[in-house]
Amino acid sequence: MPQSHIMPGFRPAISFTLVYLSLIVLIPLSAMLLKTFQLSWDEFWAILTNQRVIASFRVTFVSALSAAAVAGIFGFIIAWTLVRYPFPGKRLFDALIDLPFALPTAVAGIVLATIYQPNGVIGKLVLAVFGVQIAYKPLGIVFAMIFIGLPFVVRTIEPVLQEFDTAMEEAAASLGANRLQTFIKVILPNILPAALTGFALAFARAVGEYGSVIFIAGNMPYISEIVPLLIITKLEQYDYAGATAIGLVMLILSFILLLLINLLQGWLRRRNGQL
Amino acid sequence: MKLITLAKTVILIVALSVSFQVIADRTLLNVSYDPTREFYQEYNKAFIKDWKEKTGEDVQIQQSHGGAGKQARAVIDGLEADVLTLALSYDIDQIAAKTGKLDKSWQKRLPNNSAPYTSTIVFLVRKGNPKGVTDWTDLVKEGVAVITPNPKTSGGARYNYLAAWAFAEKKYGNKEAAKDFVKKLYKNVPILDSGARGSTTTFVQRGIGDVLLAWENEAFLAVNQLGPDQFDIIVPQTSILAETPVTVLDKVAEKSGTRDLAEAYLNHLYSPVGQKLAAKYYYRPFKPEFADPKDLARFPKLERVSVDEIFGGWEKAQATHFADGGTFDEIYAPQ
Repeated sequence: MPQSHIMPGFRPAISFTLVYLSLIVLIPLSAMLLKTFQLSWDEFWAILTNQRVIASFRVTFVSALSAAAVAGIFGFIIAWTLVRYPFPGKRLFDALIDLPFALPTAVAGIVLATIYQPNGVIGKLVLAVFGVQIAYKPLGIVFAMIFIGLPFVVRTIEPVLQEFDTAMEEAAASLGANRLQTFIKVILPNILPAALTGFALAFARAVGEYGSVIFIAGNMPYISEIVPLLIITKLEQYDYAGATAIGLVMLILSFILLLLINLLQGWLRRRNGQL
Repeated sequence: MKLITLAKTVILIVALSVSFQVIADRTLLNVSYDPTREFYQEYNKAFIKDWKEKTGEDVQIQQSHGGAGKQARAVIDGLEADVLTLALSYDIDQIAAKTGKLDKSWQKRLPNNSAPYTSTIVFLVRKGNPKGVTDWTDLVKEGVAVITPNPKTSGGARYNYLAAWAFAEKKYGNKEAAKDFVKKLYKNVPILDSGARGSTTTFVQRGIGDVLLAWENEAFLAVNQLGPDQFDIIVPQTSILAETPVTVLDKVAEKSGTRDLAEAYLNHLYSPVGQKLAAKYYYRPFKPEFADPKDLARFPKLERVSVDEIFGGWEKAQATHFADGGTFDEIYAPQ
């Protein structure tokens, strides 16, 4: 450890960080790891290779990735609209974006299920026009995940767009780029790292989401059962070790995916000459 | 200055009265499952009054409700319940095994397997019974949608599943046929909610499904609260005997010095007052002679098969049917 630092207050700051991280993150997570160690390797493997567990991992990760992708695209459009265009009621609209953060997820789930179910206001319409049922199908899971993931994307892209220097766009235009070229070659590369952060946050939130998804999923084994539900199922059987085993793997998979996204982000930044 | 002195005095008085309250009143925590909420609200008032008359002591009773499994887990994780009033004995067995806070033979301590009241599983159908459902065999017919929660996450759902199985095993005489029947039944289930209240919402509020498998008392409550013009209750010929047991959590009661109170609280459930109230809230009383005959008349006659009789007890039923890789998992396994 260096004797002195350019920035003052290094020691108290790092001590605080370590204590905080230990109490809130590391100790609970190690407790989880310890619980899993109660299982033998064979038992652990048997739990994870169970067909139903694998199916639920597939449902969760596929839904979370698609939801994060959709939230990424629509979140970008919303952030763009909010930053670039003045319109009446903009403040109100802006505040509405954060509502999914504040709403208890169970309430969100019940409301979404009520609206998107086959007899619901929107569900009935979609079923009649497109012949697609949303609630109680895997699609319902994606809808709930988009709902809770959207604010993450909007709120990460917004500040970057706000700080974005319009002079760059003007320069592109004066150098003869058309609007599409300006967007793809100038705006998009600058926004992409922030969009990826939003995507990663939305994805991480969606993978762990229980409250809102459970009401709209239908929870059919092999089809619309999410990993958190299987964890609850194990707990209901008093199988604490089995539940933590699934939780642990979920954590590792999410961590790997988030790490990959972070690496991609760093690579994009470097390619664009930012730091 | 005067204002501050006044504020101090007020704080002192409030603090004193609060601490007196704590010293004066003993408190009992009753950890129960979801559908007993209304019943215990009224029962607690009756008990507090009775206890005051008998001993002159003021007591308080706190209630905690939730899914039966979740409640049992909370107790295992340290929730200090003096009294447990849960949906099935398996959950209390698990508390005994995992915490040692009560004796394994707890179920022998009170009459009727420690169940002062029992219940059963019935069908709730839409008004006029458009699908013509009269018994279990109608539930496996094509085009009938049945709503029941996931037995792996809901105690009530386990009773639903076992009731269907018990019916089929009695009717067809062997386990293979029973499994086949239950499998067909769950083919007709479009949504597996995680708890009984969730299923009721799906059926009642969302209008999904033709038949809801429900606790008898929940079915009555749904009909009463939402209007008898919307739903009918259909009682099958055979169903399950749902023993909903009560017990004292010994270690906790001894630690907080509430054993006498906790025992009196549970014994009072067997008294004429408790039995009458149970019947009022649609639980079938252990001693029907104490109940209001008008309340009793609401319970149709049916054969109720016990879990012990068909499945050899909850421990076995749990291991065979609901554990991972059990029969319930098998009927959902992809072919």
